[in-house]
Amino acid sequence: MTRQVLGAVFENFFFELGQVFELGWQAFKSIFKKPFEKANFLQQLEEVGVNSLLVVSLTAAFGGLVFGLQTYLAFHRYIGPGSESQGGPIIAVGLCRELVPILVGLMVAGRVGSAMAAEIGTMKITEQIDALFSLGAHPVRYLVVPRVLASLIMVPILTLYGDVIAIFGGFAYNVLLMKVNKTLYVQNTLKYFEIWDVSVGLIKALIFGLVIAVVGCWQGMTAEGGAEGVGRATTKSVVVASIAILILNFFLSKVLPSTLR
Amino acid sequence: MNKIKIQLSDVHKSFGQKQVLRGVDLDIYENETIVIIGQSGSGKSVLLKHIIGIMKPDRGHIYVDGQDITQLSEEELMKLSRKFGMLFQGAALFDSLTVAENVAFGLRRHTNLSEEEIQQVVKASLERVGLRGVENLLPYELSGGMKKRVGLARAIAYNPEIILYDEPTTGLDPIRADAINELILQLKKDLCVTSVVITHDMNSTYKIADRIAMLYDGRIIEVGTPEEIRNSSNPVVQQFINGRATGPIEEW
Ligand SMILES: Nc1ncnc2c1ncn2[C@@H]1O[C@H](COP(=O)(O)OP(=O)(O)OP(=O)(O)O)[C@@H](O)[C@H]1O
Ligand SMILES: [Mg+2]
Repeated sequence: MTRQVLGAVFENFFFELGQVFELGWQAFKSIFKKPFEKANFLQQLEEVGVNSLLVVSLTAAFGGLVFGLQTYLAFHRYIGPGSESQGGPIIAVGLCRELVPILVGLMVAGRVGSAMAAEIGTMKITEQIDALFSLGAHPVRYLVVPRVLASLIMVPILTLYGDVIAIFGGFAYNVLLMKVNKTLYVQNTLKYFEIWDVSVGLIKALIFGLVIAVVGCWQGMTAEGGAEGVGRATTKSVVVASIAILILNFFLSKVLPSTLR
Repeated sequence: MNKIKIQLSDVHKSFGQKQVLRGVDLDIYENETIVIIGQSGSGKSVLLKHIIGIMKPDRGHIYVDGQDITQLSEEELMKLSRKFGMLFQGAALFDSLTVAENVAFGLRRHTNLSEEEIQQVVKASLERVGLRGVENLLPYELSGGMKKRVGLARAIAYNPEIILYDEPTTGLDPIRADAINELILQLKKDLCVTSVVITHDMNSTYKIADRIAMLYDGRIIEVGTPEEIRNSSNPVVQQFINGRATGPIEEW
């Protein structure tokens, strides 16, 4: 009995994984086919990027502040007063490699991935996807490609922007609030912090962006059964994308080299 | 008789356990208007979606101008969709686009008209379905019947050879409904279109149909001119066209 249930769960998992890869592959093939849906692409750039700025600003700022706070405390208590300026590079590296990409990924999954699932899901159940087809627009090319491209471009940009805000948050907590020596803090940071640390975060962001858009579109395209079905698709897109982001994040951290020096 | 425009042969379709189409055979001739009647849930809309290639049959073939569309790739089907205009049962307007953009949608993809010409055709198409001054409204600002008519304007805008109407007059007042019947007749005369119409409205059926086909139990059980259908000896057909609750059809 439990074996059967487990079997069904696994089967379903691989079936859905197959659907996601299928859609991703179709979108990839469609990128190079004409016509390119420019209006939709620009609209999605705005939706994913510009409209996420406030959320990303807030999460990055407070993420940076709290990360600065804990690092300060750790040095202050375990190494001793006066050692706090050594926290600079740890804060910068931790933020750029881990915290900011994850925060941005989760926020965008919640804000944009869910909206993609809801919008496309509504179009699906009201036959608008069928209508696209009957009017000569390929649904994947018209709906999925612009969203995937916009996410691929905008999630890394948001992450880079978040990096700046968050690093400043950590700096502000230590230097401005706790009066850590500014020169030492900056010197230490510049000594250990590499461009590669930022790049790792951006590589992650690129992959998270892909996951968010493909999962959101996939849930929308497979939505069934009225308003309830769209609601389910929306929730599921957020849950699946968030979990995938956290799991992928660990393996990417493990696989990507820690330094290029 | 004209040449065969669309041919359905042994079309089967199931959703899960539910068999909806169980061997549909039907020939549709060029420039005729064929009305498909049948109970709610009998699979009329599903049948229409097979003709344009939105749904693929589990078994059987569908020929459009002699070409088997069940064998076409998605890309080829997209090209073929130029021949078709489809009015969906729920209108299926794009709710993020204005009325004008909805109607222009097929024109932008199926034709090479200039922007100015597109705007003219949009206006003319909307006028054909009796709508004026609604170009800049969004679908949620329209009444149900207006949506239906915008959907119709969108389907006919680019002069398709085949028009598929899924319940064109449902939800319209009697005067509008009759105007749409006139429009269907007009399009057939002016543009030589082939029309497949689904309707529950027997009055409009008799008015527009060259032939009537009845879908029952997953098959076409009878095809003929309105006269032949009216005089049909099949008790199922008789019960349906006369709208009686008792008879051989017991499930509804
Ligand atoms: N995408 C789908 N998935 C599962 N079942 C479907 C799907 N589309 C249609 N069906 C089922 O197929 C059957 C036929 O549906 P269809 O919409 O063709 O009916 P219809 O004849 O058009 O009815 P009506 O006159 O009420 O519009 C229904 O029982 C419906 O539940
Ligand atoms: Mg129907």
